[in-house]
Amino acid sequence: MHPVRRQRLLLVLFIVVFSSVAIGLMAYALRANINLFYPPSQIVSGEAPVNTRIRAGGCVRPGSVERSKTTLETRFSLTDGVVDFPVVYSGILPDLFAEGEAAVVNGSLNKERVFVATEVLAKHDEEYMPPEVAEAMSQSGGDHDETCGGMAYGS
Amino acid sequence: MVPEVGHYALILALALSVALTVLPLVGAQIGNQLLMHTSRSLATGFFVFVAIAFACLVIAFIQDDFSVSYVAGHSNSLMPVYYKISAVWGGHEGSLLLWILMLSGWTLAIAHLSKSLPLSLRAQVLAVMGFVGVGFLLFILLTSNPFDRLLPLAPQEGADLNPLLQDFGLIVHPPVLYMGYVGFAVSFAFAIAALLSGRLDSAWTRWARPWTNTAWAFLTIGIALGSWWAYYELGWGGWWFWDPVENASFLPWLVGTALIHSLAVTEKRGLFKSWTLLLAIFTFALSLLGTFLVRSGVLTSVHAFANDPERGVFILMFLLVVVGGSLTLYAFRAPVVHKSVRFSLVSRETFLLANNILLITIMVTVLIGTLYPLIADALNWGKVSVGPPFFNVFFVPLMGFLCLLMAPGVSSSWKRTSWQQLRQLLTRPLVVSVAAGALFPAVYGDEYHWEVALAVFIGVWIVSAGVSDLLYRLRHSRHWRDGLRRLTLSYWGMQLAHAGIAVTTIGVCLNSAYSDLRDVRMAPGETVQTSHYEFVLEGVEQVRGPNYVAQEATIRVSHDGEYVRHMKPQKRRYLAGGNMMTEVALDPGLFRDLYIAMGEPLGDDAWAIRVHVKPFVRWIWLGAIFMALGGGLAVADKRYRKLAQRQAEAAEPSLTGEART
Repeated sequence: MHPVRRQRLLLVLFIVVFSSVAIGLMAYALRANINLFYPPSQIVSGEAPVNTRIRAGGCVRPGSVERSKTTLETRFSLTDGVVDFPVVYSGILPDLFAEGEAAVVNGSLNKERVFVATEVLAKHDEEYMPPEVAEAMSQSGGDHDETCGGMAYGS
Repeated sequence: MVPEVGHYALILALALSVALTVLPLVGAQIGNQLLMHTSRSLATGFFVFVAIAFACLVIAFIQDDFSVSYVAGHSNSLMPVYYKISAVWGGHEGSLLLWILMLSGWTLAIAHLSKSLPLSLRAQVLAVMGFVGVGFLLFILLTSNPFDRLLPLAPQEGADLNPLLQDFGLIVHPPVLYMGYVGFAVSFAFAIAALLSGRLDSAWTRWARPWTNTAWAFLTIGIALGSWWAYYELGWGGWWFWDPVENASFLPWLVGTALIHSLAVTEKRGLFKSWTLLLAIFTFALSLLGTFLVRSGVLTSVHAFANDPERGVFILMFLLVVVGGSLTLYAFRAPVVHKSVRFSLVSRETFLLANNILLITIMVTVLIGTLYPLIADALNWGKVSVGPPFFNVFFVPLMGFLCLLMAPGVSSSWKRTSWQQLRQLLTRPLVVSVAAGALFPAVYGDEYHWEVALAVFIGVWIVSAGVSDLLYRLRHSRHWRDGLRRLTLSYWGMQLAHAGIAVTTIGVCLNSAYSDLRDVRMAPGETVQTSHYEFVLEGVEQVRGPNYVAQEATIRVSHDGEYVRHMKPQKRRYLAGGNMMTEVALDPGLFRDLYIAMGEPLGDDAWAIRVHVKPFVRWIWLGAIFMALGGGLAVADKRYRKLAQRQAEAAEPSLTGEART
């Protein structure tokens, strides 16, 4: 083979091999590190996997927040207005976490199907609503303001 | 009245920027000197009218003109005046106006600071700046006018600014960050002008380099300020979250860093020309992408405003026009050079090439991690988020490798480097850094951390190789002072910036290894004991600020039994919006920070309290300051001005001659 062509062939081979290895690695890393979002309805119906890092969200059901007397453990329920599921979190809650407000939790479901949260995210200003939560709300029938807002005053 | 003046000034600025785009470009094409000469005054006019509009918005804020919808949404009469002014860029419309103000400021600076630039090149560069201005002015006027009125039903009081933003961080972070973001528009404009004129020689790089370095220095400081702000303001104790919007600012930084290195090769050796142009285009494209990500609200992030998708679509279209247009131009006009300039495998060119490849690889992984949720959502793979582990898996090893290569890169010569030279220069640094890396974790801290050994090794490796290179350069001077005088400012800039990387690397790693993070329940009189510090909650009482009331905890800190100080974190409730806010108490130090934040009250006078001891956290930002200063020193190098002057004088007659024929 002509030396120049051979050089080019080698270069192309190198690029193909290098980039496929890179893409493979990246796909693997993404698979291991992405958190899929589940709305309350899927968690209650059992569609969400147990012991896998996932993300969930909804409105904090008024009256559901219970704090431990001795530790930082907090229990509350997240709801989409129709169904709700229990969450337990040990740590400091964000400033804008409140009953009747939207929250997103990262963590996993344990065997009793309680969501063990490692991180709780609340909205960070008055108008903002996490897009996932907004969609979960609209899928379950009500829009955010009706579901979250109505609860805050109604119950 | 004032808001209408502002609105009108914006419309005039749009008209001027359209003229700035068209006239000089046509002039440069047909060789009309008169048209090319309009660029400078049009650029000045563009800046003046944008500045008037901006001033009008500032006045509206200071005067509490709540009939302006944007003011009503982001201000409040109780706010101190400096927050009223910074609230101008506290929301979408105003920060966009700040973006445009920066753009027009950079345009003005090119028009008046680059007298040495050949007329046609200057006309083209300014025209491209004008084009970017047209895009953003259309955007602001059509979709997000900050001067919209709420008439006739103007509210009596504003809705208040998000309390997170009522802080010194908001005053400095966005302007500096935008200076950097928008500064890369200048590199982009230079690249486009080079493609249009076909002129891409070392004179061109000497004109483009100082601008690029300046933008890069601002972006570095801007990102560091954002990180510092998040650290003390959000109350989580973290300084980097791999949040989509942080990534949005980090992406142009990565490519920008590749660009300043690639520009060095292009200037010194005339290599990597097309690559440099491509990098300049991508850096700016990523700045636009960042703007899109922040402004469209498509991603969940601490920065997302509640936004309508229409705005996102507009920026996306503009992004497509800019990227598509410039890549098409690139495809047709990129210099097809087959220069016979060769370099051997061990040479500075090779190391800089490796630098570029690594930086681009890092950028691609960060980009994929950032955009993956969007792609997955669009393809109905479900709603996902990509966590920090993904980013760390790629970023840490790639960045580590890049840092390792930094030392031989500095010590090697252009074209060809003998192994012997590298061995001579790097043996001693290698010994020193291995020793320092192995010893440090044994002496510092209670446990031996391998990652700390590695980070200290890398940091000392970079710095000691820099010192070794410095000594090597002084070896022929009779007196070291003569030798020092002969070194250029850009050499010092390079050394300082690299040392900054070393400092930041050490800071990041030591902080993550040695931080002592505790979230605890504390009642008055209770104590938290870390390995050396003792924190006693003495009490919590109510205090009043100008527009908030707060619960303030008083915590006594002692170090190995010795009194250090009292720290007073607060939990604030802002009166206007009823928002809760955590005010962190910090005891900063070069070698450790003490960080206390209040959580929520738990009943029985007890509070959730976050007590962190964070060693070396300041080094993270100190390194960034070094990097930016290094960039600044490189800009100040006098060779850019002198040589550029000489070359312009040589170039001008030939260019005008060309134009006449």
